[in-house]
Parts: sequence; structure tokens; C-alpha cells
Amino acid sequence: MSDTILRMRGITKTFPGVKALADVNLEVSRGEIHAICGENGAGKSTLMKVLSGVYPHGDYEGDIEFDGQECRFAGIRDSEHRGIVIIHQELALASNLSIAENIFLGNEQSKRGLIDWNRTNAAAAELMKRVGLNENPVTQVLDLGVGKQQLVEIAKALSKRVQLLILDEPTAALNDDDSEHLLGLLRGLRDQGITCVIISHKLNEVLAIADRVTILRDGKTITTLPAEGLTEDKIISGMVGRDLDHRFPPHEPTIGDEVLRIENWSVHSPTQHGRLLVDNASLNLRRGEIVGLAGLMGAGRTELAMSVFGRSYGTGISGRIIKDGQEIRLRSVREAIKHGIAYATEDRKRYGLNLIEDIKRNVSAAALGKLARGGWVDDNEEFKVAEEYRRSLNIKAPSVSSITGKLSGGNQQKVVLSKWIFTDPDVLILDEPTRGIDVGAKYEIYTIINRLADEGKAVLLISSELPELLGLCDRIYTLSAGRITGEVPRAEATQEGLMTLMTAGQEAPR
Amino acid sequence: MSVAPTNADLAVGGGPSLPETSGTGRKFSINLRQSGIYIAFAAIVLLFTILTDGDMLAPQNISNIIVQNSYILILAIGMILVIISGHIDLSVGSVVAATGAIAAVLMVNHHVPWPLALLITIVVGAAIGAWQGYWVAYFGIPAFIVTLAGMLLFRAITYMILGNRGIGPFPESVRTLANGFTDGYLGNIGLGDYLGGADLLSLLIGVFAVAGIVVSQWRSRAGRVRYGQAVEALPLFIAKIAVAAVVVMFVVVQLARFRNLPWVLVLLAVLVLGYTLLTNRAVFGRQIYAVGGNLQAATLSGVKVKSVVFWIFVNMGVLSAIAGIIFAGRLNQANPTGGDQFELDAIAAAFIGGAAVQGGVGKVVGAITGGLIMGVINNGMSLIGAPSEQVMLVKGAVLLAAVAFDVWTKRRAGASR
Repeated sequence: MSDTILRMRGITKTFPGVKALADVNLEVSRGEIHAICGENGAGKSTLMKVLSGVYPHGDYEGDIEFDGQECRFAGIRDSEHRGIVIIHQELALASNLSIAENIFLGNEQSKRGLIDWNRTNAAAAELMKRVGLNENPVTQVLDLGVGKQQLVEIAKALSKRVQLLILDEPTAALNDDDSEHLLGLLRGLRDQGITCVIISHKLNEVLAIADRVTILRDGKTITTLPAEGLTEDKIISGMVGRDLDHRFPPHEPTIGDEVLRIENWSVHSPTQHGRLLVDNASLNLRRGEIVGLAGLMGAGRTELAMSVFGRSYGTGISGRIIKDGQEIRLRSVREAIKHGIAYATEDRKRYGLNLIEDIKRNVSAAALGKLARGGWVDDNEEFKVAEEYRRSLNIKAPSVSSITGKLSGGNQQKVVLSKWIFTDPDVLILDEPTRGIDVGAKYEIYTIINRLADEGKAVLLISSELPELLGLCDRIYTLSAGRITGEVPRAEATQEGLMTLMTAGQEAPR
Repeated sequence: MSVAPTNADLAVGGGPSLPETSGTGRKFSINLRQSGIYIAFAAIVLLFTILTDGDMLAPQNISNIIVQNSYILILAIGMILVIISGHIDLSVGSVVAATGAIAAVLMVNHHVPWPLALLITIVVGAAIGAWQGYWVAYFGIPAFIVTLAGMLLFRAITYMILGNRGIGPFPESVRTLANGFTDGYLGNIGLGDYLGGADLLSLLIGVFAVAGIVVSQWRSRAGRVRYGQAVEALPLFIAKIAVAAVVVMFVVVQLARFRNLPWVLVLLAVLVLGYTLLTNRAVFGRQIYAVGGNLQAATLSGVKVKSVVFWIFVNMGVLSAIAGIIFAGRLNQANPTGGDQFELDAIAAAFIGGAAVQGGVGKVVGAITGGLIMGVINNGMSLIGAPSEQVMLVKGAVLLAAVAFDVWTKRRAGASR
């Protein structure tokens, strides 16, 4: 049957002490877009690594049949030779090389050992046209946004005469426009006969684009369903193995006095001279309140948060911060922490954690002084504190001496939260606290956020997921092009209404 | 497999737990990575003891190994901190020469009293460190470049101070510090026919040191148990302390039989103890690891990263000055070419001792062991009469092998994820 392009049967892959895949089956039809869904750790990436030869034949059990032939890949070159190309979540481009050079990296267009630049650039331009990338082939990749870099990756895959394109979380870092373009492109590729396997956490996208969906859970295939007639809730219940009638924990807020007020806050770009990132923004937070900050990518949400957090980003910062009725000046992160402000970053791996250290040393990192007397740290107390957070936040790790780099995203996020809760803040700014985290762990993070509010802390929640803001926040500010364009109480907020405010004034920035 | 959530609110989010990755194979490789260096050290000592018919461990030779390598070990302590913070210092050899020269000029040419001269020299070392620390931490030039420049600058300054000749001799006190031995205030004691007489004071210091190790380790363990932390099994704990006690007492007895404890050993012991405490327990020490492990995360956790890096270089300057005094005092002369390539020995000691090139990882005791491994190779090979090019060859191979082993174990640990 030529109808089925890929058949993976009985795939079992074990790591020392762990069965990552147990008898997984996957069938992909020719010319379809096939989505794979599952929580983090369900085995999606492992399965794709088996398919693309990252784990060579013999390293796993089971067999792979591609295009009617059994495959025994010894490495990624073998699978690419057969037309199977994988594009990882973290893009693998050389940022100092041009688009054309990247497209033909490892596959250089040469003549007698010398690169034929004319042919390289002309062929690259051809491929770029196919993916709708409107740039000069000699442009350096570092000058492109993430969305366009993704297109370069796909053009690179096309240059290898791809038959089966695997995309691992392709839209995780993209804004809505770029995501839309990418999904349109995938539909176009499907019409040209290229089969796609897409791994995504964004279930609405999965439903919008996929023809069929395979759900993995705990290293096993749960089911493969046609996307027609499928709903997000059905996918989620398959992923978590239970019905999820509510995605957000119930919460009755107890709102107290104002704790933080930001007035006329403006921030300039540190790299582009004179560019205003945050424009005269004013907002306030009250005890026990969860306040949302909604905005599109580039609206200035993170810039606003980080500039308030001890001027850790931006230049030419002006405006007033009033804490508990008194104006304060925060010139450094230390001063911000001292005044009871905490900021949990959107990029926990790069800015949030010391990945080579264990849980307890990360938990104590922002408030080591609390554990020290005369400059000496009491590491027994440190252990005790970390252990308390491990229990109360349900961090799944053998012990607090586990290295944070080996934890899953959700558990890493809990370590970041522990670190900031331990500084005993009055105001917690949480920047995309559930990014890249699976559904189950998200629910736990939401529960923690509610608990913090119940303890009388004010939470400023920055999120790109509108349902998350609607499900958690008591009040939502919208930010558009650096300006606060709206303040909506929970009862009046809708996705459509917020989106309108988030795009307000985009056309004519000052 | 699913873990029962501890909190009823979280029940919905229980989900699959992360796999428990502690198979026996993994535990073994971690232990191997941490203790590999000590096992390697023991093996190298054993090898040369056999090759030299026991001369390796003779009283005088042990004393020689310590005194001959003291300045490299002192530099290695400073270097490991620099490397943990994610930087490097290529200038220490030149700084050793420059500070030695300053000490010599002060004491020999200007007859400054030796305690004052040493103090001034150490302050100059701190100033040199502050100079380099400023460019690295506050100006933002990579340490490789700053200290490469420093290597040339301070060598040039050494030549300018000394005018292309050696200056000496040093006062008796400085020579004793660098090369001499503690006085036997309590006289000798007989240790039987085979061992002969030994210095009582040295032996007592050794006994106190062992007692200190036992008491502090036991108290630390008891504290951990009280807090419900995991501790190693009691037999293993006792075995480790017993090995440490035997090694310390063996070295002390041999030294007591020869000429008492060298002053530099006393100095080294104080430095190792102090810096081990600093890196393990002090807030500043923790911040060094935080800066090296993830600079941005440390910044956003309120660590004053620039100041941490600055003080690490000041510290390196101070230790370089101490090493400079000891080195010049030992030769009884400050030389314009002195300290040549010391930076390479200190860096090699740190990496053999388990430091990571990316920063964030390393231990003072590891760097000391790394330095001793090279010292023993130097000493052992010269005892068996190997030419210097062979010594160099072996040292290069050991450095490469040590780091290759580290990378290999790391990769294995990573692959089992």
C-alpha cells in the first residue's frame, strides 16, 4: 500500500532505569499533516529521535517502514537521505552565516571543491520563494526574526528533497502572525505532496491544521483519531488520562489594600537609540489580587516588568513606583528584592536557573542572606527550606540535591517559583509562568498562584495565553505598543475584547 | 507510574512523575567522577613508589614535594575560583615575578623591614588584581585578553624593576618562610628502632589535625542527620575518615622524622582550609558558583556579579603575591624570568582537579590534588632520572586524559536522560 508512507511498529526505547517508549505504533498517511500530542515526557521527542536516526538502529526495539521499505538508520544522515527531515524546537542555524549558506549547510553547492556562489544564492532564492520568505539570500540569519528563521529551516529541509517533514513545537516561539503564516505554509506543502508530522502543545493549532492526531501518554500510544470532530478537551483528556472538566482551579479572591502603584512609567530601548518600549504606563496591584498583563509579542510586557524589577532592562527609565503608599527607588535587583518585589522570568533556562546546580542551591539563590549568619551559609537550614518547598509545591524529584537541569519544564518552573517565594515578596511578577509546560503541571502552577494570592501577595501575571489570563486574573491590563490600552475586570473580559485592546493603536505608533 | 500528590488541590495535576533516574550504574559513574581524581592520585603515587623502590615516600622527598610545589598550589587555589566564575587568568606567572621583584627591591635595596615589605607586596598584588578585575568585570573585556595583556605588562614591569638581573639575598625570616621548617620546641621523641626520632610538636599538630577532621566531619554528619538529609552509610563514612587520617598522619610522621613541618605546609593548610570553607559555606563562595553557573540568572537573583568577579581577581592578585614571595624566597633571589609558565601549571592543576571549562564547577581540594598530581609526576620522574621532555610529555597527556575523562563521564550522565 502506497497510502501509508510511514509505519512504526512496536517501538520500545529504554534508558537506564526508564522506559521512555513502550510498544509505540504510529502510522502516517502520505500527504497528510499528522499531529502528535502528549504531555512533556510522554515520549514525543524520543519517538521522533528514533525515527530520524538520532537513536540508531539497534538502540531501540521495533521496526520502521518508510515508503514501503524497512529502515535501519545508523544516523541522521541516513534518514535525511531518505527524505525524512526533523526541525527541532531550538533552531539549528548558524546566525553569522547568510540565509543561502544556512540552507545549503552540509550540502554545499560546489564545483571542483569550490563553492559556486551564484548557484547557491539562486537556488536559495528559489526555495525561499516556496516558503514565502521575502528576503535577500545573502542576509545574515541573525538579522531575521524567529518566524523567518523557522522559514529558513523549512527551506533547508526542502533543499534536501524532503518527503516527511517533522516539526517539533514549531510555533512555540512565534507570534500569531508568524504562526499563521507557518501553518499556511504547511498546508501548501501538504498540497505539494509533502507529509508533515507536527508536535505541538497548542491544541487549537493542532485542530486547525492536522488531518489526524496521535496521542501519546507515558510512552504509549493512546489512540489515533481524525481531527474532524475532535475537540481540545477530548485531546486533553487523552493526554492526561482523565477528564478535565475545568482547566483552572476555582478561586475566590480576597482583595485588600493597594500594595504597588506604577505611575507614568517609560522605558527606552538599550540597543535602538531613542526607541520607546514602554510609553507612560500606569498600573496598580492590590493585596490578594491576581492582575493580568496581556499584550502581543513586542508590546513591552517583559520590558515593563524587568525595568520595574530594579532596572534590569532598558535605559532612560522614568516614572514613579509607589509601594504601600510610599515612593521607592529601585536601582538594582537587590533593592527590588529588598522592597518585596520578585520577578520570575519567561525564560527559566537562560535567566531563571543555574542548571548545573541542584534544587536547594537554586531555591536559596535570591535570598541567601536569610540563610546566612555573618556571611556564612547554614546549609542544613538551606536543605530544610528547599525540602519544604519541594513538598508544598510538589516538585517531582528524588531529592532537593537533584540537578535542576535534569528536571522537566514544569518542575523547573516550580523551582523558580520556590526561589522567589522564599524571598518573601509582597509583589510577584510572573512572566509566562506556564510556557512550555504540560497540561497537568500547568494546573499545579495555577493552584500555586492562587495560593500566593490567598496569602495576601499581589501577583502580576504576564501571559500570551488569553484563556489563562481569563481563568486566573481578577483584573487584566492590556498593553499595546508600550502603552496601557485597557483595564478590564474579570467579569467583563472576553478573548475578543482583550484582543481588540491588545491591537489598539498598533497602526499609528507615536 | 504516577505519584500521589501531596496536596488535595493538586490532585488533578498529579500526572506522570519524572522517571527516577538513580540506577546503580549512574550512581557509580557520579561517584567515579567525583572520586576519580583521588583514585588517580593514589595510583600515581603508588606507581612511583614502586618505580623508585620507596624513595618517593621517603621523609625528605615528601618534604621536597611540598616545598617545591607550594607556590603552584597557592596559585591553583586562586585559579580555581577564577575558573569557577567562568574566567581565566594567564598573567599569574608574570605577577609572581613582578611581586617577587617588588619584595626584593623593598627588602634588599631599600632595607624595608620584612613584615612591612611583605605587606606592601601583598597590597601591590591586590592592586594588580584590582586592575585586571576592573577591565574584566566593569569594562567587560574577556579575561583571556585582559590577562594575556597582563602577562606581557607585568613581565615588562618585572624587567623594569630588576633591570635584567637577579636581586638577593633575602632576609633570613623570609627564607625560612619559603624554605624552612618549624622549630621543634618540644624536642624529639623516639618512635622505635625502625622509625627513629621524630619532632614531638609536629606529631602533636598532626594528631590535632586528625582530631579536628574527625570532630568536624562527625558534627557535620550529625547535623545533616538531624535535618533528615541523606548521608553516606556509616561504614563508608568511617572508612573515608580513616583513610584521610592515615594519609595525614603518614605525611606528618615522615616530616617529623625529617626536619619538622615546613612553614609553607602550615601556610598551605591554612589557605586550603580557609578557601574550602569560603567556597562551601560563605555567601561569597556561593555567589562565585552562581555567577559561573548562569550569569544572567545570578544577575536576576540580585547577585552583584561585577563585584564578585572583581574580587575574585583581587584575590588572585593577593595569592599571586604570596606565591611570588615564597618563590623568590626559596630561590633567595628575585629573577626577571621567574614564574615563567606558572599560569599553565596552575590552570592545569585546576582542570585536572575537576573544574569545568564553562565555569560553575570545581573544588579547592580538587585543584590542590590536581597540583599534587603534577608535582608527584615531576618529582617521581626526576627520581627515576627521566629527561625533562619526557616529564612534559607525561604532564600534557595527564591533563588531556583528566579532562577527557571528565567530558566522557558528563556525556554518559547526559545520555542516560
